[in-house]
Amino acid sequence: MIPASFDYHRPSDLEGVLALLKEHGDDARVIAGGHSLIPMMKLRMAEVPQLIDLQAIESLKGYSVNGSHVKIGAMVTQHELINSDELAAVAPILRETSLQIADPQVRYMGTVGGNVANGDPGNDMPGLMQCLDATLHLIGPNGTREVAAREYYEAAYVTAREEDEVLTAISFEAPKGGYAYEKQKRKIGDYATAAAAVTIQKDGGKVASASIAMTNLSDTPVWSEAAGNALVGTTCDAGAIKVAVAAMLDDIDPTEDNRGPVAFKKHVAGIILTRAITRAWERA
Amino acid sequence: MSKKMHINLTVNGEHHEFLAEPRELLIYTLRERLNITGPHIGCETSHCGACTVTLNGKSVKACTMFIAQADGAEITTIEGIGSPDNLHVLQRSFREHHGLQCGYCTPGMITRASKLLEENPNPTEEEVRFGMAGNMCRCTGYQNIVKSILAAASEMNAAKEAAE
Repeated sequence: MIPASFDYHRPSDLEGVLALLKEHGDDARVIAGGHSLIPMMKLRMAEVPQLIDLQAIESLKGYSVNGSHVKIGAMVTQHELINSDELAAVAPILRETSLQIADPQVRYMGTVGGNVANGDPGNDMPGLMQCLDATLHLIGPNGTREVAAREYYEAAYVTAREEDEVLTAISFEAPKGGYAYEKQKRKIGDYATAAAAVTIQKDGGKVASASIAMTNLSDTPVWSEAAGNALVGTTCDAGAIKVAVAAMLDDIDPTEDNRGPVAFKKHVAGIILTRAITRAWERA
Repeated sequence: MSKKMHINLTVNGEHHEFLAEPRELLIYTLRERLNITGPHIGCETSHCGACTVTLNGKSVKACTMFIAQADGAEITTIEGIGSPDNLHVLQRSFREHHGLQCGYCTPGMITRASKLLEENPNPTEEEVRFGMAGNMCRCTGYQNIVKSILAAASEMNAAKEAAE
């Protein structure tokens, strides 16, 4: 399990990162926590002649909460998300999701930026960020730009980020009302067989608005606008949830793998979304 | 072969300086270069936790870190937690409560458990199980591992109270 050789860089600011990306082009890749990239390098499925470590870049660390506006630096780890009472108070779905990612050791290293930027359909943060309608902040040779999480994912490992760009932060308005992140996995540390991120706002005993995104049920996360809309105006009764689940099933496109055949994945997706909607409604 | 790097590392309070290829995995540095063989190689794919060490205050799997990333780090392994003549409370507790059978996972278990109890000195059984979820044991069925950690926690807390 020895990866191919590489040169290692640990720049202390983003200018240094961008300069290295410009100098080395396709040969260079950034590494955050490394728990997606290092296994791929060990298997020699990824070859990275120039490895650029982001660990020394202070501007990528930390988060800010201004009222309901939350901005999280790309190098914030899942462990930090879980242990921040400030973030848990304003957006508890962050902690609920992070607790379901991998295992404790991986969460000390795994970053929100890596999880979001990589484009692995198995990662949990992309679906969450689509549910929250988050904005992804990128920096590149032409300056900074913002991309909506709902527009970022194109296919497995293919995203709107250009090769010479780096994800620096994620921001969103903290959701009001109820929330849930529900995940079915075969064992601790596994990716989801199916997972669902749900937020629901309640008004006068009925659903005022809802946002639903699914993880690992297509080659990208799936924000199902139709599923969320199906709940609006209802009392979130069993009938309404059934309609939302049916709408979600129309939007996903799972493939058969070692987590099961397509029919099973759809079955699990339906159960997981039903549980997530039920829990979010109880909290709304 | 890529250029070798100058690496600085503090392991169990001892400072080490050497040249290494950046791609060297931390677990190999510890075991083969520094002869610190407490952390074991189990799966070598970041699943089993046998290679767990404490690095800059974090429990990490030493099979999933390049030595280049660890340059400048402070590391504690099982050797820095206790010794045969002076066992850590957790080590004694694992012995007393039969928290191991073959022992292969034990250094990782105890290194992880020491960090868990540092962060949460009075965990519930559920919190122990959740906090130890990155460490696998194929012998014990975990029951006695959980028992050992809970017993060590109460012993450490009692000692702390007595000291106050």
